[in-house]
Amino acid sequence: MRQTETIEQVQALLAEQGYVCGRALAVVVFLALRLGRPLFLEGEAGVGKTEIAKALAAGLNRRLIRLQCYEGLDASSAVYEWNFPAQMVAIRTAEAAGGADRGALKAELFSDEFLIERPLLQAMRPDENGSPVLLIDELDRTDEPFEAFLLEALSDFQVTIPELGTIKAPEPPIVILTSNRTREVHDALKRRCLYHWVDYPDFQRELEILQARAPAASAQLSREVVAFVQALRTEDLFKKPGVAETIDWANCLLALDVIDLSPEVIADTLGAILKYQDDITKLQGSEAKRILDQAKSSLDAP
Amino acid sequence: MPVPELPPLDLPDQPKLAQNITHFARALRKAGLPIGPGRVVDAVQAVVAAGFTSRTDFYWALHACFVTKPEHRVIFAQVFRLYWRDPRFLEHMMAMLLPAVRGVQEEKPAKPGEKRAAEALLDGTQPDPEHIETEEGTEVEFDATLTMSAEERLRTLDFEQMSTDEVARAKRILAQLSLPVKPNQSRRLIAAARGPRPDWRRTLRDAARQGGDIQTMARAKRRIRWPNLVVICDISGSMSQYSRIILHFLHAVSNSKGAGWAKVHGFTFGTRLTNITRHLAQRDVDAALAAAGAEAQDWEGGTRIGECLHQFNRDWSRRVMGQGAVVLLITDGLDRDDPKELSREMQRLQLSARRLIWLNPLLRWEGFAPKAQGIRVMLPHVDSFRAGHSIASLEELAQVISNPDDLGEKARLMGLL
Repeated sequence: MRQTETIEQVQALLAEQGYVCGRALAVVVFLALRLGRPLFLEGEAGVGKTEIAKALAAGLNRRLIRLQCYEGLDASSAVYEWNFPAQMVAIRTAEAAGGADRGALKAELFSDEFLIERPLLQAMRPDENGSPVLLIDELDRTDEPFEAFLLEALSDFQVTIPELGTIKAPEPPIVILTSNRTREVHDALKRRCLYHWVDYPDFQRELEILQARAPAASAQLSREVVAFVQALRTEDLFKKPGVAETIDWANCLLALDVIDLSPEVIADTLGAILKYQDDITKLQGSEAKRILDQAKSSLDAP
Repeated sequence: MPVPELPPLDLPDQPKLAQNITHFARALRKAGLPIGPGRVVDAVQAVVAAGFTSRTDFYWALHACFVTKPEHRVIFAQVFRLYWRDPRFLEHMMAMLLPAVRGVQEEKPAKPGEKRAAEALLDGTQPDPEHIETEEGTEVEFDATLTMSAEERLRTLDFEQMSTDEVARAKRILAQLSLPVKPNQSRRLIAAARGPRPDWRRTLRDAARQGGDIQTMARAKRRIRWPNLVVICDISGSMSQYSRIILHFLHAVSNSKGAGWAKVHGFTFGTRLTNITRHLAQRDVDAALAAAGAEAQDWEGGTRIGECLHQFNRDWSRRVMGQGAVVLLITDGLDRDDPKELSREMQRLQLSARRLIWLNPLLRWEGFAPKAQGIRVMLPHVDSFRAGHSIASLEELAQVISNPDDLGEKARLMGLL
């Protein structure tokens, strides 16, 4: 297992997986690992909140268990479910055999054999590589009852199944929660976690990220792409482009064999960075050229 | 909780650090961050784990423990900067500020109380509503033209034409008004004896108790979920009389428990947008509106509807409109800014809301026609267009708010466009 004794080691570990992170994020990840606390990451879409869990799991060589949240998520799809068809078959078989002993049947029907484990329960189980990384993604999409349910799971790392009893994780999993902040998550849950707001990176860091993620792009193109996206973020847009969009866009430009950004190329590929029609119409015509000029001049300045 | 293969983390023997962090936490708490003692213990552990090697690490370790909202980041940064430079400096500053702060705080909570006290003292000169009714009731015998009861007359009276006394009574009636809403179907299931869906989990659990015999099929139905209400209220000069009363109404709606709405969010706008949701949660209506009034700096000024809706769409719509919210937009629609921007923002607002209802007090005039530029631009984008100038019109709103087919006056006025 990799050492994560210092903040530098955590940063290096993430960097190996192609995840470039600043000192601030490295500190909270280190603390989450060291103190065994869940890590709550908030930020705009596409700034790399989900990616960090993937990079961490790959770097530590742990299993990644992902729980994608959605409205109406409940215990039967987050924790466990009994395999009802198999249970029915077992009942009928026992009946046909004649000796349907009540106690024995009950013990048999509600055993691990008929239990379907869902992400939260899977994360409580020991793993040969060490405790898994549990990613609870887009927590803001689910509703408040589920949040309340998570409180037990996250503070004691245990889940209760009425028929089997309480299952406790021998070693607490590394938990990462993300939220896009489409609604406010309750303080009681936040209080149990370490909090970090993942912001858009600055020019230098975004350039590093792009070079790590799209190494085929030339240095000149990468610089132009990052400068343009950075300039775009200062504009008054409904949805500002995230880092994920920067990487996507660079890959699009590579696929089109673009060497140098021009207003025409931008107009053709705008759909890769802006996802709202309002924003795209705003940028058509001379506006894109203005921002490009601004970006290019900022590149020349220092 | 136990952390395997690592030495246990105890609080340091040297108490200086713990003390300093505790004081720092108290400073943050004073600055308005919700920090309990549990967080302080976490913070001490975190700092010990992260070490003291650099100021940045120290900053982010404390940040991870004390900050839970993006808004708090700036406050944290400021307090951190002040505190860890020289703790005595902050103390000194606090001491200097203290008299002033205390003066303000003492004055603030006293205000609503005082008002209530004054009202109690005035009771002799200001009779309660029932009393007035009987008085006017006797008057009816003399004058046959006043056939409506006082209450009925008050219901249809324009807010703008009310006397101070009538406004006070209207406020009392409004405080009892609510906006009942129909729930939405959730995707969650709940046990129900005659539900349409089979509940396999419960069926088999019951069967196991009976030794494997399935006697009854357990059933489930879909749970219901209540939508959110977002009220965006114009407080510019042309709306002044209405907005004050509408805010009373808003306070009643957001505090009526059991009326249905999961959450009620309140916003005011004139030249800029203000979120007053937190203030509306106060029980005392005078205190709530005073706090909201202090927060919104643009009372009775001009209007910039397009600009304010833009702010709302950009900063708030994704946070408050998540789960099928209904939006009540209360404005007269008199706006002189760029109609294109207004149209764009209205469209965006309608797209992100389940229903967008526009209350316009101007609709009280009989020959109202959509002539003003702002109204012409906004009308096509609303789901329903209704008057909001009297108690009766607000009661009508309460009846139709959950009816998805209700257009109000929109169809008729669209014909005039």
